[in-house]
Amino acid sequence: MTTPVLQTRGLNKNFGSLVVARGIEIALPKGARYALIGPNGAGKTTLINLITGMTRPDAGQILLEGEDISTLAPAARVKRGLVRTFQINTLFPNLSALEAVTLAVCERRGEAGTWWRSLPSYGQAIEEAHRILTTLMLAGDCERPTRQLAYGQQRLLEIALALAAHPKVLLLDEPAAGVPKDESSELFKAVAGISSDITVLFIEHDMELVFRFATRLIVMVAGAILVEGTPAEIANDQRVRDVYLGQAHHG
Amino acid sequence: MSVTTAPALAAVDPREVLRAQVKWRWLETIFWLATLLPFLVAPTYLVLGSQIAITALFALSLDLIVGYCGLVSLGHAAFFGFGAYTAGLISKAGWGEPITGLLAAGCAAMVLGYLTSFIIVRITHFALIMVTLGMCLLLYEVANKAHSITGGDDGLQGVHMWPLLGHFQFDLYGTTAYGYAIVILFLSFLVLRRLVNSPFGLSLRGIRENPRRMPAIGSPMSNRIRTIYTISAAFAGLAGGLLAQTTEFVALDALSFQRSAEVLVMLVLGGAGRLYGGLIGAMIFMIARDQLADMNPQYWYFWLGLLLIAVIVFLPNGILGGCAELLARWRRKA
Repeated sequence: MTTPVLQTRGLNKNFGSLVVARGIEIALPKGARYALIGPNGAGKTTLINLITGMTRPDAGQILLEGEDISTLAPAARVKRGLVRTFQINTLFPNLSALEAVTLAVCERRGEAGTWWRSLPSYGQAIEEAHRILTTLMLAGDCERPTRQLAYGQQRLLEIALALAAHPKVLLLDEPAAGVPKDESSELFKAVAGISSDITVLFIEHDMELVFRFATRLIVMVAGAILVEGTPAEIANDQRVRDVYLGQAHHG
Repeated sequence: MSVTTAPALAAVDPREVLRAQVKWRWLETIFWLATLLPFLVAPTYLVLGSQIAITALFALSLDLIVGYCGLVSLGHAAFFGFGAYTAGLISKAGWGEPITGLLAAGCAAMVLGYLTSFIIVRITHFALIMVTLGMCLLLYEVANKAHSITGGDDGLQGVHMWPLLGHFQFDLYGTTAYGYAIVILFLSFLVLRRLVNSPFGLSLRGIRENPRRMPAIGSPMSNRIRTIYTISAAFAGLAGGLLAQTTEFVALDALSFQRSAEVLVMLVLGGAGRLYGGLIGAMIFMIARDQLADMNPQYWYFWLGLLLIAVIVFLPNGILGGCAELLARWRRKA
């Protein structure tokens, strides 16, 4: 059996008496499309924070391609190919989309520490940034400052910045958060278009989108994994129906 | 990836877009040519001119961390004063060659900047303001106490500079001083202009715009901050060294809180994060002080306060930021 690209072992995290992660064990094979679902407060975003190193776990390990990365700083994990996006836009308001993605490309290529050469001389990095923006339909507005972009475009830019880091594993924290329902499937088309070399784990509340785009589902409740399985298995699981789907009708 | 109907808006060359942002403008040529005017039209103001150029270099150095990186320092005079004392003491020790002395001042401040940068990267916001202020106060009192070396509050006497390049004596009219200061300012500007327009400069703006996102795109943010803080300290040290050399004296106020605060005011007036903001701010500040203080010395801070409030309220991006906005609006109409 091949080693999973991303694996966690016994991740635990408490905030005081509140348990936000309890014995989290996941293993994502290469190219998988996983959805992480669960009621609000189940610890989904916390799990992404733990995996990316933005929150320190109390116990447990995170392995990327079989290597323990638990002690690496967040930036170093990104360098290894573990990349995330944010539920709330975490962008560079006064940089243009082109500048922002070029910055991310330069960081990946290890060129962003160079101060003696001017940015326009980095043709390859700029071309690559522009290609990424083109595939996400942002090329037409790439000169405008991020803060002037439409909200949906900003959500796409979240993904563009992550793709610029050449992820092996991409963790998408509610990519369509705040986007009107009729536009969110557009956004998920962009997610579906992500190269099949990249392993994707995404958080999403809209069950229709989850069942359409995920090949496997992980259900979290109260900081623990309740069940993992294919969409069909999850849909027929009585426990999931009880704790999650039952109350998600109005969500 | 899904290439659905992306509207093929006039295919832009992304490199040209970025090149247009960094290209040298004719206004810049005019600006730098204008710095030569004082030699012709205002020879009696060359001493003031050299002070302005030195202060402008100091403001430029602060702009790197405040304007580009978004980190506020209220203790930047620490590096200015450290450079000034270094240059002064080297000359007093018997080596009066200006250029090597100046480089030594820059290097000394750079080392101090590098050492303190390890504290700087650990803190942000309000704590950062207080710690930088604290470091500057600390250095001030050390210089004050070390009377035998620095002259304490009498200032460092006995600085004597050899002729610049072996030819140009430092004269009372400030001709050499002004020429020297302007050349150093211009060369520093060229280096820093390249720096802010580099990938490194872009990453600094990234830190300013969103320090939370930077780790998520794989940026080693602490390294970047340490580097720019060190570079900024070096240029502040150059400015301090220039002041010591051109006035052949170092006053204790080179390290004062007031100097740290004033340079920050200049940057806010001119507009932070655009290099020329610091230059314009220093010019306005120094000329206004010279003119207003002539009329009524005690009253000058009244007008400064008024100007500062007016700029903050009406031109939040400084005078230059306001000009840029007007220009953009005018272009859109035309």
